[in-house]
Amino acid sequence: MSDTFFSGAPHWTWFIIPYFYVGGLAGGACFLAAILEWFGKPEDRPVVRAGYDVAAVGAILSGLLLTVDLGQPLRFWHMLFQSEHFPAIMFKAWSPISFGAWAILLFGLFSVLSALGAKAEEGRLRNAALRAVGGVVRGGLAKLVSGVGGILGFFIAGYTGVLLSVTNRPIWADSPWLGALFLVSGASTGAAMLILLAPGRGAAQRSVEWLSSFDTSALVVELLVLALFLVSLGSINRVWLSFWGLVLLVGVVGVGILAPLRLHTKPAQAAKLVLLGGFLLRLATMLGSEGIDRYRLAAGM
Amino acid sequence: MPEAMGFFTDTTVCIGCKACEVACKEWNQLPAENGGVGTLSGDSYDNTRRLDGIHWRHVRFIEQFKGPYDGRWLMMSDVCKHCVQAGCLEVCPTGAIIRTEFDTVVIQSDVCNGCRACIAACPFGVIDINPVSGTAQKCTLCYDRLKVGLEPACSKACPTDSIQFGPITELRQRAQKRVEQLRAQGTKADLYGADPKGPLGGLNSFYLLVDKPEVYGLPAKPQLPTRNLSKSAGFSVASAAVLGVLALVGLRKHRMDDMGGPGGGGGGGGQN
Repeated sequence: MSDTFFSGAPHWTWFIIPYFYVGGLAGGACFLAAILEWFGKPEDRPVVRAGYDVAAVGAILSGLLLTVDLGQPLRFWHMLFQSEHFPAIMFKAWSPISFGAWAILLFGLFSVLSALGAKAEEGRLRNAALRAVGGVVRGGLAKLVSGVGGILGFFIAGYTGVLLSVTNRPIWADSPWLGALFLVSGASTGAAMLILLAPGRGAAQRSVEWLSSFDTSALVVELLVLALFLVSLGSINRVWLSFWGLVLLVGVVGVGILAPLRLHTKPAQAAKLVLLGGFLLRLATMLGSEGIDRYRLAAGM
Repeated sequence: MPEAMGFFTDTTVCIGCKACEVACKEWNQLPAENGGVGTLSGDSYDNTRRLDGIHWRHVRFIEQFKGPYDGRWLMMSDVCKHCVQAGCLEVCPTGAIIRTEFDTVVIQSDVCNGCRACIAACPFGVIDINPVSGTAQKCTLCYDRLKVGLEPACSKACPTDSIQFGPITELRQRAQKRVEQLRAQGTKADLYGADPKGPLGGLNSFYLLVDKPEVYGLPAKPQLPTRNLSKSAGFSVASAAVLGVLALVGLRKHRMDDMGGPGGGGGGGGQN
């Protein structure tokens, strides 16, 4: 019996699961947009712009979900500033939830700036102030802003898993691979979302092909990391002898990874399955652990 | 600077009267569960079942029976361990959890925003949300009483001195003598959390147990949550690097295909 079975469940459920999913997806999309911003061709611009939009909307949604989940939502700023010594900064480099709060704020800032730059590029900003900000970003800062946003995006995708590992809960704290797994899943779902959105934004066929080939590679890596995650759990794997084990096996591995790999010639269909699989991954890992009540209750004590 | 203070709980003299639970609830004005309507566990005389945001003391009943006349009761008044190295304090992102001058660990309810990181970080399952305040709560070791020289409500109320309060160094000596006494009588007895060189640097609320810690719902080797941080972060960075390389290699391959194919354009990283 792992010592993690004696801890209590934090009830991170119906706001945090969507946050982990949306945050990972937005982070992955931002990373891919940054890659194309730096190394892409003019024909890739629609994908870049779609990536920034997904990142900005995802970052804002993530912040809202995190805030609503708090027991005292109006005290969300206590994670950023010391409430008793405002404006002194509140930051713990060894606490993922602390540096994650700062990361989501900065990711939101940089992804919104990138999105404004992209909107300015398309000439779609009517507000003068926003047009000015977008113009500044487009006028030479685009690559820098995009690069920082892309790194922060991957950070957001990965830290959500690291946060779970830095607990004392079953499954989460029993493996160091959750951060890597969530990061790779964020990349695959980010690419999948762009595969679905980019054609509507005028993306070239070659850009979508690149996204599709990247998604295929990411899914292979995801399968490998998922295998490493399960191997590292060792005897803890018996927790998967439950409904959530079925979701992991059929939903995540079958529907979310193997089926899209088989459907790689039909990117849109594969992308929808990848998006579903990414959500089910968060669902199974979160609720698989949340569902395990304390050992003393499970043991009938 | 006052001495480190804490509890020594001798489970062999606990009679399960729950005076400590009641005293704790009363002093700390903790709300009733389920609107005050009692709920029965159905499989034990222990109806509190667990520590949480409104039960900061819990008298655990462990019923070890093979048959109606073959078995024994174990009872233990459980509480926050006030760990010397506290996982909850380590991860708290708001600074709400502090170490006091008595070397105890206290959650400041007016600072906590209810993120629940501490609940998942505690290896003992001590902390939970108080639904009235919306914040994480647990035993304060009666910090308000200690400040004015009073003993915590639970140990004051304990009729058998199963819960003993005092300076940790004194309590450890007393506990060791009690272990030796019990062993001399032929009773198996061990201290849990009394060793300052043990897990979490020792517990400022430690126990005398007559069975394995797991039987009492205690982890054998409690650990800090940050033990996974560097490895987990390292694997994440490595996977990000792999994906970055895959993205760039894929992009280059597409370029090469474009250059080799009919009507393919040249390379170059230009845009716009």
